[in-house]
Amino acid sequence: MVYSKREDGRKFDELREISAKVGVIKRADGSAMFQIGDTIAIAAAYGPRELHPKFLQNPERAVLRCNYDMASFSVTERKKPGPSRRSVEISLVTEKALASVIDLELFPNTVIDVFIQIIQANAGTRCAGISAAAMALAHAGIPMRDMVAAVSVGKVGDKIVIDLDKHEEDFEEGATDIPVALTARNKEITLLQLDGEVTKDELMQAIKLARKGCEEIHNVQTQALKEVYREDKDG
Amino acid sequence: MDNEYIISLVDQGKRLDGRKFDQHREISVEINISKNSEGSARCKIGDTEVLVGVKMDVGTPYPDSPDEGSIVVTTELSPIASPDFELGPPGVDAVEIARIVDRGIRESKAVDFKKLCIIPGEKCWIFFIDIYSINDDGNLIDASALGTLAALKNTRFAKLENDKVVFGDFTDKKVELEKTPVTFTFVKIKSGILLDPHTREEKAAEARLSVAVHNGKIYAMQKGGDKGFTESEIEVMLDLAIKKEKDLKKIIEKAK
Amino acid sequence: MSKLIIEERNVVVPGEKLATGMEYLPGNGTFREGEEIYSCQLGLVNVSGRFIKVIPLTGKYGPREGDIVIGKISDVSFGMWLVDVGCAYSACLNVREVPEFIDKGADLSNYYDFNEVIIAQVIKVVRSKDINLTLKGQGLRKIKGGKIIEVTSSKVPRIIGKQGSMISMIKEHTKCNIVVGQNGKIWIKGESVEDEIKATEVILKIEHESHTHGLTDAIKKALEEGI
Repeated sequence: MVYSKREDGRKFDELREISAKVGVIKRADGSAMFQIGDTIAIAAAYGPRELHPKFLQNPERAVLRCNYDMASFSVTERKKPGPSRRSVEISLVTEKALASVIDLELFPNTVIDVFIQIIQANAGTRCAGISAAAMALAHAGIPMRDMVAAVSVGKVGDKIVIDLDKHEEDFEEGATDIPVALTARNKEITLLQLDGEVTKDELMQAIKLARKGCEEIHNVQTQALKEVYREDKDG
Repeated sequence: MDNEYIISLVDQGKRLDGRKFDQHREISVEINISKNSEGSARCKIGDTEVLVGVKMDVGTPYPDSPDEGSIVVTTELSPIASPDFELGPPGVDAVEIARIVDRGIRESKAVDFKKLCIIPGEKCWIFFIDIYSINDDGNLIDASALGTLAALKNTRFAKLENDKVVFGDFTDKKVELEKTPVTFTFVKIKSGILLDPHTREEKAAEARLSVAVHNGKIYAMQKGGDKGFTESEIEVMLDLAIKKEKDLKKIIEKAK
Repeated sequence: MSKLIIEERNVVVPGEKLATGMEYLPGNGTFREGEEIYSCQLGLVNVSGRFIKVIPLTGKYGPREGDIVIGKISDVSFGMWLVDVGCAYSACLNVREVPEFIDKGADLSNYYDFNEVIIAQVIKVVRSKDINLTLKGQGLRKIKGGKIIEVTSSKVPRIIGKQGSMISMIKEHTKCNIVVGQNGKIWIKGESVEDEIKATEVILKIEHESHTHGLTDAIKKALEEGI
């Protein structure tokens, strides 16, 4: 099936409009908002802090706990509040996407909690959550060797595209959704999932596309983080 | 900061952030903050922030009210908003907030449930009002109630086709509110009655009272806290709520 | 050939390259990978000699040797007390680090008890989790009376001011005894509750408006005319 045009007029290798802001939740140690198209994610980071009960503690490193949640009204058909099997899985892959860049060994016996709330969903929510969470962690002053950005790539019809929207995810003739997270400096892939059917070449092509997209997202993350200090410097 | 300090401030007639006892923090309301919902709003009181979304579905009316629809209010006190919240299903605090908000709407008949009837005895609209805390700096009750009001006021009906909801499609038909009850929460600290408590004042409070008013009438009340109020204290709070009603209503009117 | 990629007082993010070459040394907030030095914090770059540091300006308190901190006794143990100074780990006050002479086998809680508050100094930090305190030193002691307020630890430098100028101004105007802990806890003791309230309001104002221009003048005005 030939996919000739994206409904919103984007090029196949073009992201939707992205924006980011840091410091949106005052009580958190660090927080951020990340928006891509109509998908909006906010994240808060708390920690390192004491972990109770004690048996959950790891004497060699901090425990990183991520919790992804979609607001019931963020989707067209109401999602019952509370965790689902899907959100549990996303929480897990989110943690794996972020853990490798954090110096967890610096804080044994503690926990670093990351909470992600999706307040408006139009596909790419787990990726938006990861991009927001990385900023929240940096804002919380947690030492990180690298930043992480995430974007969905995939195959819609016969085209490899970046940043699938809901319409494309649900494409009648078939779509393959590939969420990818990359570290900014080393370009290590810390999140990779796939739902659909592709050849190896198509997958490698998609990953290259993800690299480009993540670079763009990383620039926006960097700007949002530095914005926090813009005034502090002169004060 | 220990409670003793807050109490000594109250003794001096002062509050930590310099407000008067009967003064709100800055309140802002923004509507339509989440596109996929039939109605939504963000309410900020000081640094406290909640998001409210209204989603609709078709359900069956209760047997004792066959020509009426209903509302279901749920509150999520997510740990995203405070180091004091824990993951898990709504606890007693979350349930209390949801029920206070529900009471304000239900008892005042702000939404005419009869207008939510689709086919008497068979089908009716159910409004799911979901409240998410984003940052807790005290007085989630009022932020939730105000956010709910703003969301409802700007809610459009979902589209019905063959008596089933077409998800993602909205009509232009707006929900009409018969009444617009606004909620005021006070805490008692020593002999001081403080309106719109922030977190530290909540922690130092002996008792708490929330009251929903519309056009000078009282539709819902809820007392919290371990200690009690005197009768005259109750009157003071009611008078204040009735006096300030229009200020809050103005904020809802201007919300965009 | 060693090269600085970044300038002093630049704002950097985690993973940002700061310098190349082996002549520069990675200080706090940075790390070396291969021949390059990168930041691991969101903060300001500080270069002193060959050391490159990044000073984080957000986040929880990270104890440094020499810091004056205000903490609460959270546990009384064998030969030491555990003190909560506001980070993920409790700090340790050894029985040898208090000015009193304490007999072996004495009940330590008779000297410093649960929930009592002390002004202490950090003498050693091992990998941010073993924090040792001392009460031997000028001004270090158990606190009696007064009030403790909390601010974000990253705002402490602003509250202290250049060479202590801001905090001195506040002390002078309010006639309060004020000790600012690097961990964001501040002890205020004045001659009257009003004076303590005034000092509190002013300090919280600085925390809130730390990023604005002309803050020193605004605070001076607030002290002279009231908030």
